[in-house]
Amino acid sequence: MSLRPPLVAGEGLAAGYGAQIVLRDVTFAARAGERVAVLGPNGGGKTTLFRVLTGELTPRLGTVLRPARCGVVPQTERSRLDFPVSALEVAAMGAISRLPWWRRPGRRERAQALEALDAIGLADQARATFGDLSGGQRQRVLVARALVQDADVVLLDEPFTGLDSVSAERLEQLLVRLAGEGRALLIATHDVDQARRWDVVLCLNGRQVAFGAPAETLTLDVLEETYGADLVTVHHHHHDERDAD
Amino acid sequence: MLHALADPWSEPIMRRAFAEVVLLGIAGGALGCWVLFYNLSYSAESLAHSLLPGLVAAALLGLPLLLGGTVGIVVAAVAVAVVARTPAVGRDTAVAVVVTGLFGLGVLLALSPAVPAGLGELLFGDVLGVSNSDLLFAALLVAVVVGALALLHGRLLVVGFDRTSARGLGVAPALVDAALLVLLALAVLVAVQGLGNLLVVAVLIAPAATARLLTRRMGTLLVVAAAVAIVAAMGGLYLSYYAGTAAGASIAGVLVATYLVAAAARGLIPARRRSAAA
Repeated sequence: MSLRPPLVAGEGLAAGYGAQIVLRDVTFAARAGERVAVLGPNGGGKTTLFRVLTGELTPRLGTVLRPARCGVVPQTERSRLDFPVSALEVAAMGAISRLPWWRRPGRRERAQALEALDAIGLADQARATFGDLSGGQRQRVLVARALVQDADVVLLDEPFTGLDSVSAERLEQLLVRLAGEGRALLIATHDVDQARRWDVVLCLNGRQVAFGAPAETLTLDVLEETYGADLVTVHHHHHDERDAD
Repeated sequence: MLHALADPWSEPIMRRAFAEVVLLGIAGGALGCWVLFYNLSYSAESLAHSLLPGLVAAALLGLPLLLGGTVGIVVAAVAVAVVARTPAVGRDTAVAVVVTGLFGLGVLLALSPAVPAGLGELLFGDVLGVSNSDLLFAALLVAVVVGALALLHGRLLVVGFDRTSARGLGVAPALVDAALLVLLALAVLVAVQGLGNLLVVAVLIAPAATARLLTRRMGTLLVVAAAVAIVAAMGGLYLSYYAGTAAGASIAGVLVATYLVAAAARGLIPARRRSAAA
């Protein structure tokens, strides 16, 4: 697997806002088929890294290999749930980069969107208003958008937050399938147990703490350095507590 | 009854006023939906004020006032878009700084003794005083606004729905923002002719806010908002004709009343029936 060229990578990356650098020394690469857990506390730089990878932020230092088609699955709790769009319209947004600026997704793009919704098991919700769907369904619709986009790299910002166990399991199976189809996935998460099951883990806490296979990387030292004092004080992430014990 | 309904339209002034408010209704209603979802209501009001230096400069230079207003408001829109992108400033502050600066400049220029009279009409509007050339210009601007909204629809949806993912999808939020602000500026320019600075916001916001209570799809929302604007504007003109009230203020009043009626009706209909109908 390591022989394949990376789809997304960074070397010596530093990034921040205004005069403040919030993330430094990031060197990583993700290849086709890899699921990379991006682990770190709130404010540790996960979202900043994603912004650099989508091109929203320019790195202050270092070089970045940006994916040709970068799908983003943001936290839907933070998006506008009152926005008047259907699940189908959201999925069809993935086609917009293939269209000239004056065109909107048409019949062909809507057919692709419906196909993507079918692939994630939500074809029957195509006409539902996005904001009316459950948290898990919304995450999957955004994954469908990345499918329509034909993204080779998909960035998921804490996709499991707020999902019940059934929804979380369904999403996890979907991620396995996406990676199996040759995509690289970067998944920001708090869940250390989950990160252990994935291919690679990138630990961030204002800087890169570690990068590598979970079995070797997720040592108690690394976790303490990643989460600092939070490791024992975070109450709503029981997995972290268990790791600290 | 029919006579009473037809009576106001026998006068050319009223027919022109109606044509003007129909144009304002189409542009304002459709654009207002995006203004609402892009949180630009405050910008809309502020842009109306930022017309001033352009108008005064045009008056001083002997150019058409509408041209001056157009240039002034486009400059303001671009300046707001640029300043708002400074991370430490933010959109609200950017609008306040740019618009106050421009308004101050306008006042400074307006104190010049060379400025001719008539500026007040453009600032405060006179829907019963629109000329045929005003109407023609308004129609052209409406064509631009509606045409551009149709062309940009896909990208406006992408950015409005989820700004943070837009770049990953190949859409530049800054360009979409700038385009929307310029369109907003042009629509304000049209609406200011009839309704004046203070009432412009009613045509831009009230129809869209009303439509939002009635439907949950952007396409339908745009059409309903334009229809609400036209019907309410017509009601306002009737009110003005028979009650002898100021036309612009009557239209604004009816627009707000329409919103209140829709909100009350929505409150009376159970949520389940609403979502089944949407």
